[in-house]
Amino acid sequence: MQALSYSVATSAEAAVAQFAEAGGLARYIAGGTNLYDLMKLGIERPIHLIDVSRIDGMDAIETGGDVLRFGGRALMTDVAYAPVVREQYPVLSESLLKAASQQLRNMATVGGNLLQRTRCMYFRNGAGSASMVGVYPCNKREPGSGCSAIGGLDRNQAVLGTSEACTAVAPGDWPVALMAMDATIELLGPEGSRIIPVAEFYRLPGETPDREFNLHPGELVTAITIRKTHAGLKSTYHKVRDRESYAFALASAAVALEMDGATVRVARIALGGVATTPWRSPAAEALVVGSSLTPERALQAGRAAFTDARSGEHNAYKIELGARVIADALITAAERRA
Amino acid sequence: MADKTSDNPGSVEVTRRLVLAVGAGTAAAGILPPVPRVKAQQTVTRVEPGQTVQVSATVNGQPFTLEIDSRASLLDLLRERLDLTGTKKGCDHGQCGACTVHLDGRPISSCLTLAAKIEGREITTIEGLASGSDLHPMQQAFIDNDALQCGYCTPGQVMSAVACVTGGHASDPDAIREFMSGNICRCGAYVGILAAIQQAAKVMEG
Repeated sequence: MQALSYSVATSAEAAVAQFAEAGGLARYIAGGTNLYDLMKLGIERPIHLIDVSRIDGMDAIETGGDVLRFGGRALMTDVAYAPVVREQYPVLSESLLKAASQQLRNMATVGGNLLQRTRCMYFRNGAGSASMVGVYPCNKREPGSGCSAIGGLDRNQAVLGTSEACTAVAPGDWPVALMAMDATIELLGPEGSRIIPVAEFYRLPGETPDREFNLHPGELVTAITIRKTHAGLKSTYHKVRDRESYAFALASAAVALEMDGATVRVARIALGGVATTPWRSPAAEALVVGSSLTPERALQAGRAAFTDARSGEHNAYKIELGARVIADALITAAERRA
Repeated sequence: MADKTSDNPGSVEVTRRLVLAVGAGTAAAGILPPVPRVKAQQTVTRVEPGQTVQVSATVNGQPFTLEIDSRASLLDLLRERLDLTGTKKGCDHGQCGACTVHLDGRPISSCLTLAAKIEGREITTIEGLASGSDLHPMQQAFIDNDALQCGYCTPGQVMSAVACVTGGHASDPDAIREFMSGNICRCGAYVGILAAIQQAAKVMEG
């Protein structure tokens, strides 16, 4: 890791000003659970860090009005256990509690979590040794160098949203839940503030997998907002992993429903662990809206989400697994009290 | 030990490392009283290789101030600057839990916490759990239940286990297992660890 300088920002405006002063090789750091890890691997190489973890008020969790609003530096733990979140939006709470260990949830922030980078082992190769970086080509890490996962050990790779350049899975759980809840992201940057839907926050890899986020240079995630909805009550985040706890998703689903008796009126379905971005599935939603939710119908919807899936040599299982994860999540959500 | 300072030049400090270097067969470890590793208001000086930041914080109730490389982790601050080697470095990537300490009362991975970020905060390490020679109930419970084999992960396990009980997550075995899933034990002492937490929870919740 190269030497770096470090400054503390006391306001979001000050952080943005410090970024402008430091130039393009600066990074904001809050929890640091992903950034510092990638610095140790030699993948992220900032020369200046701006500590945004002490910005006054940017850890606020507001649940009183028509929207839920979480400050960018609010801790995953604090949002997960906020009473309104826990009781009325299980999909949000569960997505946070099934992400990372309790230690990491006490460090990582809900804003920083949006920016978590892939766990693709070719992207991360050389763990523990910066000098190993670059042994395997990776278009995300080194644009234009090639993709080692395509035709390689691709068991964990994505089956949706892939390109000829990259099949790396978007790693987060929280962003998948936010996608299902139509969250918006508040940003502050050198050009001022703006608000974008979470769906517009993520980029498909295409030919530029090194660019994962629609962020302008120096933009900081200041808050996440969600318009309150009855769909929160009948919601769940279902995550299947290689082990029962503390692992990344092989396939996951965030589901939220509004129902009239046994009939689904509104369905929101998003997927994790199977796609290159947090993945909303309008096709799956369309299949359950207006019908009563039988196990057969739920599985049909799950399969519809994977109509366009493309698998490699070792990851075709994700197509059936993902469909069943959606089906199980639909049944769980439907059984929750409204 | 070049980084170690002593504000009493007449005293001879014996650290655990020195004892280990002398050899496990010596009686020194048993005879000598425990040495307080972090001295009140001590300022540690050491040649830091990169750009530095000044950090003032509290470890196990003792305030300290030091100048440290801005890249350094809290784990390295504890182990390499303050000689608090009870906290262990396992993976150094937040995946194993061996480096777990409490920051303002909450468990965190010290390996993924920049030292610069702990300014003004309170850290508790495994060395800070016992009251004098009285072990914390969780430490005693680990001994009573054979909750370790090699012991390398144990300091991190104990720090998480204490928070498991104080945070109300020790209500049933599944809740304990879920809460403790960030602490890996390659010897596989999980059965003992679970039993230890259940025993300590009764004592701690009194």
